Amino acid sequence: MKIDAHHMDYLLLNQAVRRQTDSEVEIDHCLGQRFIGTGLANKTLVINGVPGNALGAYLDGGRIIVRGNAQDATGDTMNDGEIIIHGSSGDATGYSMRGGLILVKGNAGYRAGIHMKSYGEKSPVLVVGGAAGSFLGEYQAGGLILVLGIGCEDRAPYGYFCGTGMHGGRIVVRSDHIPENLPDQVAASDLTPGELEQIMPHIHRYCETFGIDPQSLLPHRFYVLTPNAKNPYQRLYAMN
Amino acid sequence: MSMTAFAPNFEVLRDMDRCILCGKCTRECSYGVHQFSADHKRLHADEAKCVNCFRCVAACPTRAIKIIRNRQAVNTSTNWSANNLREIYLQAATGGVLLSGMGTTKSYPVYWDKLLINAAQVTNPSIDPLREPMETRTYLGRSAVPVRRDPAGKLINTLPPHLTIETPILFAAMSYGAISYNAHQALAQAATELGTLYNTGEGGLHRDLYQYGANTIVQVASGRFGVHRQYLEAGAAVEIKIGQGAKPGIGGHLAGAKNIGDISKTRMIPEGTDAISPAPHHDIYSIEDLRQLVYSLKEATAYKKPILVKIAAVHNIASIASGIARSGADIIVIDGLRAGTGAAPTQTRDNVGIPIELALAAVDTRLREEGIRNHVSLVASGTIRNSADVVKAIALGADAVAIGTAALVAMGCHMCHSCHTGHCNWGICTQTPELTKRLDPGAARDALVHLVGGWTHEIKEMMGGMGINSIETLRGNRLMLRGIGLTDAELKILGVMHAGQ
Repeated sequence: MKIDAHHMDYLLLNQAVRRQTDSEVEIDHCLGQRFIGTGLANKTLVINGVPGNALGAYLDGGRIIVRGNAQDATGDTMNDGEIIIHGSSGDATGYSMRGGLILVKGNAGYRAGIHMKSYGEKSPVLVVGGAAGSFLGEYQAGGLILVLGIGCEDRAPYGYFCGTGMHGGRIVVRSDHIPENLPDQVAASDLTPGELEQIMPHIHRYCETFGIDPQSLLPHRFYVLTPNAKNPYQRLYAMN
Repeated sequence: MSMTAFAPNFEVLRDMDRCILCGKCTRECSYGVHQFSADHKRLHADEAKCVNCFRCVAACPTRAIKIIRNRQAVNTSTNWSANNLREIYLQAATGGVLLSGMGTTKSYPVYWDKLLINAAQVTNPSIDPLREPMETRTYLGRSAVPVRRDPAGKLINTLPPHLTIETPILFAAMSYGAISYNAHQALAQAATELGTLYNTGEGGLHRDLYQYGANTIVQVASGRFGVHRQYLEAGAAVEIKIGQGAKPGIGGHLAGAKNIGDISKTRMIPEGTDAISPAPHHDIYSIEDLRQLVYSLKEATAYKKPILVKIAAVHNIASIASGIARSGADIIVIDGLRAGTGAAPTQTRDNVGIPIELALAAVDTRLREEGIRNHVSLVASGTIRNSADVVKAIALGADAVAIGTAALVAMGCHMCHSCHTGHCNWGICTQTPELTKRLDPGAARDALVHLVGGWTHEIKEMMGGMGINSIETLRGNRLMLRGIGLTDAELKILGVMHAGQ
């Protein structure tokens, strides 16, 4: 089923999406409408154009495919399902993700993967093909952020303050460059062959999805950023 | 016992004529104050550890224990209190940020105690609430909608969703993690029985408490702990927490030691890690951004649930509230300077923010001036201590109040200001299984029902005394209040006349 989003505001568009009984819905001429696919479960949503902020917020299953770029807060607090972006995404991509997968073909903005968490079986994955902005993985508490750094092999593929407040999870980076000014609570180490093996399915998934030859990415140096401590602020306080 | 620079706050007096050396106090005290001597023939007290929580006093079968404030003379002056000195010694020893529990201990003005309530005499007869109907039912939500009629002239209901509460008293947000499961269960059951709402706080909602969803406000804070579609759908309303009165500008931080078992499962983060909720929502930098989160939550709940925004009372509160009223939020919760907390940096708790009375009056006035008072309901919190405070808050402009500390005290809290230690001997503000089981959720529920029921009766009595039979008539009715001992500036902000005028 197709919906032409031309001249539709987000309220009308999202009502139309919610009303659809088809398991697959395609939106044409999408132009910045917010909240598309909020709380959606068990539907496939194909978006032609540029969806607005908070795409797939609280997503609880199913799949959202964007044939274009996405804006801010994509996958905010998503619990399950997949968001596939054939372009770049804005700030706070994957804010507080607690499950599911986000694949970004190009770059992500500031604060990608902020507050990502995991518990038991639930472990979210955010893959950024290009580079991410500053504050990548800020306050990360769980899950995996994978930055492939395609096209920016000459530098670390993320901005300043990566992993600030991080206390769980992993940020895996395909790059030869580790900035000297990483925050104190973040430790960097080269990925072991075993760890790389664990990451490979996500790399293959990325390559298959966006039609990229895995040979063009591998072999390459990968390193992983992890928090130094689970309780980074424990020693901060004096019990009064 | 090591030598310390400062005298303990309390002395533990043990009447050896009464003490039977049963050792109950050693088992009851989670702080480790009471200890047997090596030969088990004497009991000692390590007074430095005592927080005066009253547990040993209450538990002692022979009433042999008494805790008193330390009589040791401390060299103080007008400018330097014993507490100032103690905090300096503590920080000199540790280098840490002072962390405290519960509300501020500093003596800021309590304006509730400087406001007097009116009563009817002769010209406007008072009403006897025992014999005449008295309405305390309150509806919370946006009521500014255009009146539309169908061709037959019948009203078309375009009213957004509202919360209906039988008494204008809500239970304030206290997270599962900060307080125990039993305490949460007691709040949930009491709210259900009373026809009001409790608030999950930011730690998510335990699966077993979903059944009380119709009487639950679910909270979304910057850390988004335990937030998912079913959680949002479970509650009667969703609250966005921007700030809290005890620590404006500061986020939440549940220590890893408290993040165990079901807490971590409910919050959806690994056990033992710190649960960090930073001060800002990193997707909110403006009213327009707030609007985005409000509407993402409305979309996620199909526009069936009101959205609350909770803020701390700070200097520009009126302008901030005006912005929030325009963001699409249905209810604004304002939490004042003297509000409680599970843990807050001492200096922030004691020095940041403004009293709820001034904030509430300023917000109500501003929203009226701008003609948008009916866009939102207002909930006031932060030291609502009795039913008179409720009446005064409503007369100042609140639609309802929220009680946190009062609810904890009803459940057995003895206000030892040690919530941040995680050792609560009354099983309320702790996650240690041996301690949490001390709180009987059924008894705690009954205590909450009694308290709010008693207050509601008193509110009706005071309303009747004023000749008012509906809580709506009291709302923002500042003519029912007079100030006592207040300055012109205070009277102007509160919008009340001085007693005698």
